[in-house]
Amino acid sequence: MSNEPKMTARHVNVSYGPKQALHDVSIDIEQDKVVAFIGPSGCGKSTFLRTLNRMNDTVASARVDGDIRLDGQDIYAPEMDVVQLRARVGMVFQKPNPFPKSIFENIAYGPRIHGLATGKADLDVVVERSLTRAGLWNEVKDRLTDSGTALSGGQQQRLCIARAIAVDPEVILMDEPCSALDPIATAKIEELIHELRGRYAIAIVTHNMQQAARVSQKTAFFHLGTLVEYGATSDIFTNPVQERTKDYITGRYG
Amino acid sequence: MSAITLSLVVAGLALIGWLTARTRAAGFRTGAQRFSSLPTHHGWYVALWTVIPPLVFLVIWAAVSPAMVTDAVLTNPAATQLPPPGFDRASILSEARELGAGRAFGAFNETSRLLAPAYAAAQSRYDWIATALALLLAFAGGAYAFTRIRPGFAARTRIERIVMGALLAASLIAILTTIGIVASLVYEAARFFSVVPITDFLFGTHWSPQVIDPRDPGASLGAVPLFWGTFFIGAVIAMAVAIPFGLMSAIYLTQYAAPRTRRWMKPILEVLAGVPTVVYGYFAALTVAPAVRDFAVSIGISWASSESALAAGAVMGVMIIPFVSSMADDSLAAVPSAMRDGSLAMGATSSETIRKVLLPAALPGVVGGVLLAISRAIGETMIVVMAASGVATLTANPFASTTTVTRQIVDLLTGEAEFDSPKTLAAFALGLTLFVVTLLLNIVALRVVKRYREAYE
Repeated sequence: MSNEPKMTARHVNVSYGPKQALHDVSIDIEQDKVVAFIGPSGCGKSTFLRTLNRMNDTVASARVDGDIRLDGQDIYAPEMDVVQLRARVGMVFQKPNPFPKSIFENIAYGPRIHGLATGKADLDVVVERSLTRAGLWNEVKDRLTDSGTALSGGQQQRLCIARAIAVDPEVILMDEPCSALDPIATAKIEELIHELRGRYAIAIVTHNMQQAARVSQKTAFFHLGTLVEYGATSDIFTNPVQERTKDYITGRYG
Repeated sequence: MSAITLSLVVAGLALIGWLTARTRAAGFRTGAQRFSSLPTHHGWYVALWTVIPPLVFLVIWAAVSPAMVTDAVLTNPAATQLPPPGFDRASILSEARELGAGRAFGAFNETSRLLAPAYAAAQSRYDWIATALALLLAFAGGAYAFTRIRPGFAARTRIERIVMGALLAASLIAILTTIGIVASLVYEAARFFSVVPITDFLFGTHWSPQVIDPRDPGASLGAVPLFWGTFFIGAVIAMAVAIPFGLMSAIYLTQYAAPRTRRWMKPILEVLAGVPTVVYGYFAALTVAPAVRDFAVSIGISWASSESALAAGAVMGVMIIPFVSSMADDSLAAVPSAMRDGSLAMGATSSETIRKVLLPAALPGVVGGVLLAISRAIGETMIVVMAASGVATLTANPFASTTTVTRQIVDLLTGEAEFDSPKTLAAFALGLTLFVVTLLLNIVALRVVKRYREAYE
């Protein structure tokens, strides 16, 4: 594996209409590491996450400038295929959002539309592999035809992770994936993030600082639309450079 | 005293009651004590007690007094000349009533001329009784209410109760009217089925009400061609137009259109829903039908009808487009945006997202909307009266002419046949069938839509 970062962002500004949500953010996302984005509500961490797979394109008023690259390729370049980009940079949302289809179909959806698997046998393999990696296979293998929405919240979220994995992404973005889950389900997701680390570059937005400390190797602290500090998680939490980071970590605000 | 004068007097009494009650209640408010009701509440309480009892009385009176007047008239010596109870007797009495009230000039029957003065006298006597009773009730009601006014009296809660009663009465009237309509339909349809066997009507395939054999009326009153025509025009052709166009416009408006485009496009589409159906009728009969026939002739169908099922059905479909579109729009909008984001984030294109995620999720709502649209289409009358044929043929060719249930009802009732002939009564049987079918469609559709809404809320 090269030492080049998987994704690089340089001088990224995002505005929604006249309101600027992000100011001049530069960050690297490295292969095989988990980056946590922390900060108070409205600080721009989710906005930044969504620039990485161009989900902000779905918001009509959003405007993104700056330079974001995936393996050195500008993802905002006119010739960039957004569909391909999103297949390479998967996303897991705050609220579990399985499709109202069977568990099998939820996973098979992505591989089918991207032509990654043809035929039932291929799909079976992909579905089993994805569910296994998401730690859900043993719980659902006997009821793959049940609706994905019939699972518990935590299982639904792991189903969504499995769904993202199924299209073989290189980066997985997680937008507060545990905020709608109970502590046990949260623990399972965190464990899963640990296991996925070796395979994908992962960026996770979280409100929960303990979670950031538990799952990530690097942490970025956002405040009021700026990136205040970015460094190794152990440094951010034990020895922050910036006063604002320290205040946030110690619970002075946020 | 005329009805207008009476209402003015009662209103005047109510006003007096309102003013005095308010003044009296205002007099209670001396200290810093809190009261449950404002002086105006007391005023309204008295005013309502003045108006409502005479109003209720007059409504009941209007229902029972004609019989009382007639009873009084029948004691007149001239009444002995009346024929025995039946149609003739009733028509003579009603003529006498019109004469007595001064609404008709010149009598057809000698007896009714003789009875007219008796009617006039009885009517005016009963009118005076009614006026007096109404005024007495107004006064008594107002006085009773006035005596109840004291500092702690909760006039406000009483008014609230009266308001609730009025609202309940309003909704009951709508329900009772519906029940009345159904009852009259059932009654007339039962008369029809006592002449024509129900099996002949429901399963017979020959419909020609113009020539009915009195010995076997069922033979020419088989409604299958009408049911088929209605289904063919309303549920097949109209939906073949309305579903694709309505659905696609809803998809465009919810998923692709920029907010600015949506802002002007959606209202224009809704204007289509406001076009009177008779205008669609002209359009179907004068523009679409000839064009359809010319087209059919040009492709070699020389016998194509100028009253083709296709013309009526297609225009009906256009009429239903906004309806289907707005139902589909609602169901698509009800699919959580998280579904759409989830699919887009996996690298699906917009159209893949719509076809594979949004439409399946919105399907129950869309199906419910389509069922409601069908129930509207098969009940639609004006377009088919103007553009469909009056001849019942059992055909599945869109260029041939067919007729519908609604069209036939109009034809049957605008003819000159006497009211209790099987031909006229058949209209009620058709109406009842149509009513039952649309009712069932509506029930099913609303259930489907409701179950679907529950799934996401």
